[in-house]
Parts: sequence; structure tokens; C-alpha cells
Amino acid sequence: MYDVVIIGAGVIGASVARALSKYHLKVLVIEKHSDVCEGTSKANSGIVHSGYDAKPGTIKAKFNLIGNHMMSDFCQKYRVPFRRNGSLVLAFSEEDIPKLEALKIQGMSNGVAGLEVLTKQQVLAMEPNLNDSIVAALYAPTGGIVDPFELTIAQAEVANMNGVEFKFNAFVTNIAKQSDYFIISTNNETIESKTVINCTGVFSDDFNNMVSENKLSITPRKGEYCLFDKEVGHFVDKTIFQLPTVYGKGVLVTPTAENNLLMGPTAYDIYDKYDNSTTAEGIKEVLSKAAQSVKYIPSSYIITAFSGLRATEASGDFVIGETIDVPGFYNAVGIESPGLTAAPAIGDYLSNLVAIKLKANLKSSFVDGRDEIIRFEPLSVSDKAKLIESNHEYGKIICRCEMVTLAEIKDAIHRPLGANSIDGVKRRTRAGAGRCQGGFCGPRVLEILSKELNKDPRDIAKFDQQAILLVGFDKDTL
Amino acid sequence: MINKDIVIIGGGPAGLSAAIGAYESGNKSIVILERDNLLGGILNQCIHTGFGLHTFKEELTGPEYCERYVEKVKNLGIESKLETMVIDISTDLIVSAINEIDGLIQIQAKAVILTMGCRERPRGALNIPGYRPAGIFSAGTAQRFVNIEGYMPGKTVVILGSGDIGLIMARRMTLEGANVKMVVEIMPYSGGLKRNIVQCLDDFSIPLKLSHTVTKIHGSTRVTGVTIAKVDDMKNPIKGSEEFVECDTLLLSVGLIPENELSRKVGVIMNPKTQGPVVSESLETSIQGIFAAGNVLHVHDLVDHVSSEAYLAGKNAVKYIQGLLDNQNKIDIQCGNGVRYTVPSTLNYKNVEDLTQVRFRTSDVYKDAYVSVYLDKERIIHSKKRILTPGEMEQVTILKKWLLERPNLKIITVIIEKE
Ligand SMILES: Cc1cc2nc3c(=O)[nH]c(=O)nc-3n(C[C@H](O)[C@H](O)[C@H](O)COP(=O)(O)OP(=O)(O)OC[C@H]3O[C@@H](n4cnc5c(N)ncnc54)[C@H](O)[C@@H]3O)c2cc1C
Ligand SMILES: Cc1cc2nc3c(=O)[nH]c(=O)nc-3n(C[C@H](O)[C@H](O)[C@H](O)COP(=O)(O)OP(=O)(O)OC[C@H]3O[C@@H](n4cnc5c(N)ncnc54)[C@H](O)[C@@H]3O)c2cc1C
Repeated sequence: MYDVVIIGAGVIGASVARALSKYHLKVLVIEKHSDVCEGTSKANSGIVHSGYDAKPGTIKAKFNLIGNHMMSDFCQKYRVPFRRNGSLVLAFSEEDIPKLEALKIQGMSNGVAGLEVLTKQQVLAMEPNLNDSIVAALYAPTGGIVDPFELTIAQAEVANMNGVEFKFNAFVTNIAKQSDYFIISTNNETIESKTVINCTGVFSDDFNNMVSENKLSITPRKGEYCLFDKEVGHFVDKTIFQLPTVYGKGVLVTPTAENNLLMGPTAYDIYDKYDNSTTAEGIKEVLSKAAQSVKYIPSSYIITAFSGLRATEASGDFVIGETIDVPGFYNAVGIESPGLTAAPAIGDYLSNLVAIKLKANLKSSFVDGRDEIIRFEPLSVSDKAKLIESNHEYGKIICRCEMVTLAEIKDAIHRPLGANSIDGVKRRTRAGAGRCQGGFCGPRVLEILSKELNKDPRDIAKFDQQAILLVGFDKDTL
Repeated sequence: MINKDIVIIGGGPAGLSAAIGAYESGNKSIVILERDNLLGGILNQCIHTGFGLHTFKEELTGPEYCERYVEKVKNLGIESKLETMVIDISTDLIVSAINEIDGLIQIQAKAVILTMGCRERPRGALNIPGYRPAGIFSAGTAQRFVNIEGYMPGKTVVILGSGDIGLIMARRMTLEGANVKMVVEIMPYSGGLKRNIVQCLDDFSIPLKLSHTVTKIHGSTRVTGVTIAKVDDMKNPIKGSEEFVECDTLLLSVGLIPENELSRKVGVIMNPKTQGPVVSESLETSIQGIFAAGNVLHVHDLVDHVSSEAYLAGKNAVKYIQGLLDNQNKIDIQCGNGVRYTVPSTLNYKNVEDLTQVRFRTSDVYKDAYVSVYLDKERIIHSKKRILTPGEMEQVTILKKWLLERPNLKIITVIIEKE
């Protein structure tokens, strides 16, 4: 019998797991994919929102603000790439300036510090690559950018090192409430737990509805993006939003925490919770809308496109906490944007509720922090030399676009909850995340995975077990 | 700090030939730095024949071709360091490299030759919509799996892009037992060599679908198929022409990008058309003492041209060290109508022996057109070509004596003319 089962290893599940790992509790995370961060948490804007956007009084506004305040220290402690680069909301006509003012007032009432409406000249002085047609902008100095993969992975690692168990490739098919515990069925076993925390992203309404009479309803809202080469990673410095216009909600242009350039997302309701494909129309829309914000689009530097699904709940707000009619069943439902920003705060909040309920005590052995994978690329030449001296495998470059070494890839594979797929290595080390998108290092990473995990190369997948890369030997079918 | 006169970055065909060029011009203080565990560059995985027709009048495989150069480099006693990755070049020509054994290596050079080759463009560069499953490979990646590792990356294959690598992989995958359904090309002409279309597609009855593209990738874990469509003159897919093609693999052969991180970092001026450095007739970049040749400079279709170009770079590096390169009398070479780029971009007659080759690519397909060269307003070359395509590199020869006869020459123009 577990004390707590967390379903879903996205950023929310990982945050709850990290926060619960401080307590004397038996905790299990169940995830249907073969790794953490395979759902919405891997496909979003990576923005730490300052908090002017959320309607005052909402749960979103509350957790956004707490999350934003926490982020600097949090990312320092857990070694997650984060930068408070500030954000700008652009207005494209004189009539829109009052809307900026209104946004500023909304932000102030949410408690956002430092908001300021800037003139065109001030804005262009900050961001020379912005389109000349802008008229003013709202500046939010507390906005930031975070690496969403590391925010998830780091917390999962901390949880795991402090005793939280993880089961991957385990698809939860049912949750049944018993008198004072739950039976959770997966594709290959049943698991018992005193409490359940539902962190299943776009699927979270289904799990709520399995046990609770207070029905919830999520409509996935797809957002598509274009990602650009680091070569143009400094095209803009701040995160550039647009005021919504008659043409709909705008798109953003931003550097990422890893210094790529990102544009998007679109926002379309869809019905298939598994559909994270990109579309020709979506990509076109991203680029044409982004073109309003910037002088030009450096299209020849696009390296990939992707899309993610927002878990938009009918109420429009986050649903967080214990369900009234099913004690012991906790929800994190409808966690759309600013869910990434809010995640650490949501984790703390939910773990606190559960700990009170189970009367759990804090562990003295809790290790609050982690060692990240040492990155070779950003080091100075002399630090590089020292590192190779300490471990010669830092002298072997595997991914040439991002300059990732063998030592880093091996660390990614062997650390707690280590990578077991090509994408897992990529999210932990950036091998394959650069301009050739793994064309060069893909076969080498596959070979390293196969060797380190003692697996046949044909069993190494891009992500889940089914996404295999090699189908056989040469001439097999002749 | 180690001292070497000439540091060559990259030990592919270009680097090998540059080393030989430098050696045969009398400078023996040379080192080749190569990050792979063997010399020969991309040719090691090109096990098909068709290399060296120009140079050796024989049809060699890639490994056989480069073996001849590797042997020569070894026989001459030219030093090379393998599994050594160059990570930085400074403007005063200190080359920093790393490897597992020595850690950091720093070499003070008198001249540096860039021969880093190129890499393949990824799917994102094309923005093909759809899912992002396993089963999408660049053709070169697939080539490595099949030719070097012995693994098949797929059973039923669609190839997007009819560049040479795509064509060659169509044949290779077929020979290894895959069903290659088609090669899809967005342009109305192939980007590859004519002989490859015949030998790799026609001989195996693999259809080449010109003016078509892949508009969607299906399958959320492994590719299950692609949608292809015909495109109009603006390369936009034509509604109603879509067709679903079942396959488990999509190979991309959509172009190569010269690998110029190091060149950019040191501040060499780049040509946006080639994505390689801008160079003079001596193959010197905008930074004195730094030379470039081979695929890092511009993408070549024939390795013979890579070798001859790089040989010249090696030779000129020696001249530069001897103080024999003049940099006063530069004449610009301009791209006229129909010419996408030229290499070199400037010409200094003082640095030319008898003649200089100007290599270029056209920006479109031309039938029965003329390649012309103007010295200011005077047309000096006017040669008829049955066909010109962007897939095949062209060259014109400019004689030194023409330049000597015209001391006031301002500009040289290479242009495609209808008549
Ligand atoms: C386009 C877009 C842009 C965004 N931009 C931002 C932003 O800039 N800033 C910000 O703060 N937020 C942003 N967000 C929101 C943020 O990405 C999400 O709030 C956050 O990632 C949600 O995390 P999650 O853990 O709830 O969901 P997920 O990451 O989707 O995790 C849910 C997990 O549950 C697992 N699961 C589901 N069903 C089962 C089952 N049956 N059995 C086992 N496991 C299961 C899934 O596999 C998945 O791993 C954006 C979202 C989108 C879509
Ligand atoms: C698939 C394919 C098929 C082809 N078919 C034919 C054909 O049939 N006939 C023909 O004549 N030509 C063919 N070619 C063209 C010809 O092979 C190439 O033009 C030629 O290999 C280019 O030589 P290179 O030395 O410029 O580059 P490469 O061969 O790419 O060599 C560059 C070398 O530099 C090294 N390097 C790069 N950066 C660094 C660094 N920072 N530090 C250390 N080392 C570094 C690389 O590891 C590599 O070994 C083909 C090319 C390809 C890719």
C-alpha cells in the first residue's frame, strides 16, 4: 500500500513528487510514457509569466504570482536554466494604448511589480529588431524564461533521490475508490494507495470523472511553434507578446532559456487528446503573426516545428485540491498556461494538503538540491581543459552542433531516472537539439545507449518503446 | 603551446589535399586535425562507385578514393591527429582543440586551412507538418546506419529531395532489401547529377516525382505514411492533388549546410548564398592567413573538384607564409543574371599563375543558354550550353593575360544569357 500515488510525470506530477519527497511517505509516480516530460510539459513556450494576464482573484493568478516569485531561488537550487529577461506586450495602434494601461492595472492588482508602459522609442531602444509599426508596449521586468525539460527532470530526480518511486510505461486504466484507499489499475498490474493525485494534463478530466460526481471537462487547445537556430538566438532579448487584436490572440517571439529563438503558439480547440501534429496552416499563421512584431523572420534558420496541447478546463481556471466528494483524491486539472510557472508552487501546495491529511512528518535525511549534468560547451577553454583532465570522456564530442561530450551523455543515462531513449538524452544534454537535429549524432547516441544500457541497438527508441529507429539488419528481407 | 606553420582543420578529401598541396610547395610543418577516428571525411560512408573519374580516370568507391590521399599523406610523413576536435580559432591564429588523451591542445599557426565539410539540413528547415515520430532520417544518417553499422532504418521508404545523397540512398536501400516507393522533389528538376538519376532510379524503376512535395507526416510513434502533393509554380501544394503513400521511413535529402561554426566565431565574412566564407582567388578568407576549401566553402558535387580546390588552398597558404600573396589588386567578381554565386568572389591577377577557375551555380534551369563572362563591358567568354541546372556546378576559366592586358579593369561579371 502506497501513501500517495501520483499519476502523470509532467512538470506538475514532478513538482508534487519533489515536494512530497521531504516527508516520511511511500510515494509512487505512474507514467504511461518511458520518461518524464513527454506530455505538454515538453511542448510549450517556456515562459515564466510575470502575472498581469490572469484575471484577479483566480487560482491561476494566485499560483502564477507565487511561482514567479519562487523561480530564481528555485532554479538556482535545483540547477535549472532560468533567466529573468523581462517581457513586452506590443500595441500596434494608438487605440490600443488604453488596453496596455488596463493590463498594467490588472497586473498591479495581481501584485506584479515594476510594470511600465513604454513609448515606441523606448521599446525600440531596448529591442532594435522589433517592427517599426509598433506604437507602445507594456514592460514587465519580472517575466522570465525557463528550460521546461530541466524544470521537470530536476524535480523528478530530486524526488527519486529522496525515495519516490517511478513506474514508466504504465498506463493507468482505472481508479476505484474503496472505503479508505484506492485501487489503481494499469496495463499490467493493480496498485493500492491511500491517496491519489491526478496530474494527467489533458487527460485529467477523465480521471476526475472516474471517481467524482463533480464533472470536469477539458478541451485540448493546440499551440504550434517554430524553433530557430541559436545563430539567431539573440534576435530579441525579451519575450515579445502582442495585444490580442481583431485577428485573434497574438503569438510571442522569445529567446528560450537555451538561447534558441522561438515563435508561436497558435490556439485552436481540437478533439483528439493525442494529436500533437503540426499543420501547414498553423506554421504559416505563427510566422505571419510574428512578422507583425519583428522586422523580419529569419526563416532560413528554422530548425524544427512542434506543438503542444493546453488542458483548457470549461471553467477557464485551474482546479487544484482535494475533491469534495472523494476524500483522498486530489486534482491538478486544467493546468494550462501559466502552469509551468505555477508548477513548483502547485507542488508545494498539494503536498502540504496531503501531508496534513496523512499526518506525515518531515524527513531529516531529505536532500534539497541536486548536481546537474556538467555542461562542457559554455566553459572557458581552460575550464574545458581541467574537465577533460578529470575525466577524459569530456574530450570526446558526440553532438557537434551543441558540443555535447560522451561524459555528459553517459551521465544523462546513468543518473537517477536516467535517459533511456534518443529524445531522453536530447532533453537532458541537448545532443541532437541543434541545427542538424541529430542527423550527425543520432547514430552515435543510439550506439552509446545500446552499450550503456546493454540493449540491442534495434531496441533503442526515439522515445516510447514503440518508436524504434532500426528495423533490422541489412539484407534481412532479401 | 605548439608551433606549426599550417594547421588544417578537417581530414576529409579537402584537408588531405590541402596538406599535400602545402607539402609539395615546400612547407613541411603541417598538422591535420580530424575529430573522427579515421581520415577521409564523408567519403568513408560513400561505398558506391563514381569517385575520381576526373582525377584518376577510374571509377573508385569513396573509401578507395580517399585511401589514395591518405596513403600519400602518410608516405609524406604529414602529421595528423585523430579524434581531435577543434573548438576555437583566434584571429591571431591560435587553434584550440581537444581530445581524450591530450586534453586541450593549443597550436600557434602561421596559416590555417578550413576544411570542415558540411552537414545535412534537417526536416525543420522544410517545415513539413505532421507528427514527429521515429522513422524520419536524413539520407546521410541512413547511409551511415546501412553502410557502416549494418542496420536497416526502414522497410518501405519515401525519399524527399533528389540531391545526390538521396538518389544514392534510393539505390542502396533497394539493394539492401527495402522497398523504395518514390523520390519526391519539389523543384521541376532534380538537384542531383544526371548519371545518378539513371543509375540509381531508372535502373531500379523507382519513380522520381518532380514538382511534388511531402505535405504531411503520419504516425505518432513510428512513421506510418506521408501525404504527397503536386506543387504549383510558387511551390505551394495544389489542393486536390494530395495522395497518401504508406511507408515506415522518410529519408530527407534536402541539402547540405557548410559547417562554419568555427569560421563565424573567428569572424570570417560569410557569403549568405553558399553559407561558406567569402574567398579570394587564393581561397583566402576575409581574415589574412585563414584559407578555406571543399564543402565548407561551398557544396561540391564532385570530389575531384574538392581535391583540386584544396590543393590550391594548401599551395597558397605556403605562399602567404612566404609573404608572396599580394592583397592590393582585388577585382570583384559579380554574379549576373542566372548566377547564384561564384567562388572566388574576388580576383587578384598578381596571385594567379596562368589562369584561374571560377566555379559557380546557376539559379535556375537553362536550356540552350550561354555562359558569358564580361570584363567590365567587354564580353570575353560566350559559350553555349545545352543545359545548365543548379544541381551541377559549372566553371569558367579566366586567363591571367586578359587581366594584364586590361590594367584598368574594375569588375568581372559571370552571367547567363539567352543569346
Ligand atoms: C502551447 C502551450 C504553451 C504554453 N506556454 C506556457 C508558458 O509559456 N508558461 C507557462 O507557465 N505555462 C505554459 N503552458 C502550460 C504548461 O505547459 C502546462 O501547464 C504544464 O506543462 C502542464 O503540466 P502537466 O504536468 O499538468 O501536464 P503534462 O506535461 O501533459 O503531464 C501529464 C502527464 O500525465 C501522463 N498521463 C496521462 N494519462 C495517463 C495515464 N492514463 N496513465 C499514466 N500516465 C498518464 C502523461 O503521459 C503526461 O506525462 C503552455 C502550454 C501550451 C500547450
Ligand atoms: C552521400 C554523398 C555522396 C557523394 N557522392 C559523390 C560521388 O558519387 N562522386 C563524387 O565525386 N563526389 C561525391 N560526393 C561529394 C564529395 O564526397 C564531397 O564533396 C567531399 O567529401 C567533400 O570533402 P570535404 O573534405 O570538403 O568534406 P568532408 O568529407 O565532410 O570532410 C570534412 C572533415 O572535417 C572534419 N571536421 C569538421 N569540423 C571539424 C573540427 N571542428 N575539428 C576537427 N575536424 C573537423 C570532419 O570530421 C570531416 O572528416 C558525395 C558526398 C556525399 C555526402
